[in-house]
Amino acid sequence: MKEKLYKWIFTVLAFTSLIFLIGIVIVLFKEALPIFQKVKLLEFILGKAWYPTYSTPEFGILPLILASIWVTFGAILVCVPLGVGSALYLHELAGYKQRAILKPLIELLASIPSVVYGFFGMVILTPLLQILFHLPTGLTALNASLVLGVMAIPTVCSFADDALNYVPKSFREASFAVGANRWQTLTQVVIPAAGSGISTAIILGMSRAIGETMTVLMVAGGAAVIPHSFLEPVRPMTAAIAAEMGEAPMGGLHYHALFAIALILFLTTFVFNIIAEIISRRFRIKLGLSG
Amino acid sequence: MKKNIIQNLGFFALFLCILTTLFFLGSIIYFISVRGFKVISWEFLTQGPRLGMTQGGVAPAIVGTFYLTLGAILFALPLGIACAIYLCEYSPKGFIVNLIRISINNLAGVPSVVFGLFGLAVFVKFFGFGVSILSGSLTLGILTLPLIISSAQEALLAVPQSIREASFSLGATRWETIKNIVLPTALPGILTGVILSIGRVAGETAPILFTAAAFYTRGYPKSVFSEVMALPYHIYALMTEGTHPDQQTAIAYGCSLILLFMVLAISGIAIFIRQRQRGIYG
Repeated sequence: MKEKLYKWIFTVLAFTSLIFLIGIVIVLFKEALPIFQKVKLLEFILGKAWYPTYSTPEFGILPLILASIWVTFGAILVCVPLGVGSALYLHELAGYKQRAILKPLIELLASIPSVVYGFFGMVILTPLLQILFHLPTGLTALNASLVLGVMAIPTVCSFADDALNYVPKSFREASFAVGANRWQTLTQVVIPAAGSGISTAIILGMSRAIGETMTVLMVAGGAAVIPHSFLEPVRPMTAAIAAEMGEAPMGGLHYHALFAIALILFLTTFVFNIIAEIISRRFRIKLGLSG
Repeated sequence: MKKNIIQNLGFFALFLCILTTLFFLGSIIYFISVRGFKVISWEFLTQGPRLGMTQGGVAPAIVGTFYLTLGAILFALPLGIACAIYLCEYSPKGFIVNLIRISINNLAGVPSVVFGLFGLAVFVKFFGFGVSILSGSLTLGILTLPLIISSAQEALLAVPQSIREASFSLGATRWETIKNIVLPTALPGILTGVILSIGRVAGETAPILFTAAAFYTRGYPKSVFSEVMALPYHIYALMTEGTHPDQQTAIAYGCSLILLFMVLAISGIAIFIRQRQRGIYG
């Protein structure tokens, strides 16, 4: 009797994650939908003007979406080579002792709070970029890309490292046996075999970068205009939500519009995570590991 | 011969990659330590802000961060451990377990600002807790739940199956086995996960923007329904609000150093312990 009670309690509590996830979806939909009674979905997504506080407000989030895409793309250019490169170094070149020191150091990079990254970007990178490129302001898409890229390195690195470790030893041995050296084995056998695992790492890194808030809020510059170059200030979706929610009157159109942005953001990262999940499951099956 | 040159070049490139990564880590810690250290004094750590955020200390923000973190862990820990126990000890593999697993993974990937909006709509507005420690702690608790579950799961999985079987063979029931055998064995691992999530929660800013944080409060929080100052939010506010950018930046350096030191020390301890544990269990 007591046994059954405990089992029942644990079963119920185990569902809390699912309940919270569903709760988030319901809340986002419920608070976002009123905006679509005033603004059509397509106008909302493709509208080029974001003037939520004007007397005749305009709710077009294309500048915000493009800003997010630019900044994330820039971050990918930083975090993929450095993250995957670091993982390959840890896997292929670092000895046991080196690995025992380097891996925790990279994990530490992941534990630095995003607001500290943002602060670092503001006080160190901003003046640097301003002088380097002769800009009116150093708070630009480039700045945000760099900081986000560095932030995403540990995510990419540790997932890529996992993927490399899943590649069976026999693959390497077979490659050595036909006369390939270590570099050839790495680039022509190990990396292709771990390829889909590495792409999972990249997708998760992207997901992290797109959802990151404080850094872009602090260093991206905040101008809600369609970006033309990396050297202009931009306002990504997360930054718009964080910066404007405090001033938006509760229950007003602006409030609902910000929830709609959050909904789009949530769905984007949700799709990324599902894709990563599917790829990594196939990858494990391909290498003969249980899903 | 040529292929060896390519190999050396390639390996050198990989070495540069990890060197660059470590260079970033080093420069963040270096700049914030050097400039933050000048600001930190006994007064800075123990007193409240004075003269419109240009003088004095950040003690209320440190205390606020402590309360928020404590609240979040108190909320998420029992839920997280219970969930991990269900997944590792009770559930047979199947559809439901997959569903729960997928929802944990996805919850972990939700952007932090979305948690903030959820907290605003549900805890602040719907339940009427207002902008308060309670709302902020609950929001942060949900955010950290996936991390606690996965570390607890890892700790439970590391408990050898033979110990459980030995317990069953002596006539212990499943709950008795969990309570007396499995949990005590897994405890160090679970604690590591808790320490890791403390480090994570303490530094989160976006979830408390609209659920708990205030730039300035008079004195210390009085109840769980008061709004609080918090270190990470304080850094952001000092850099974006107020009227004395220079003095505020100096204080922000101090706050960043305290936060960075706290988080790195906490996470460092957890990572160190975990690495040793993984070593023990192979």
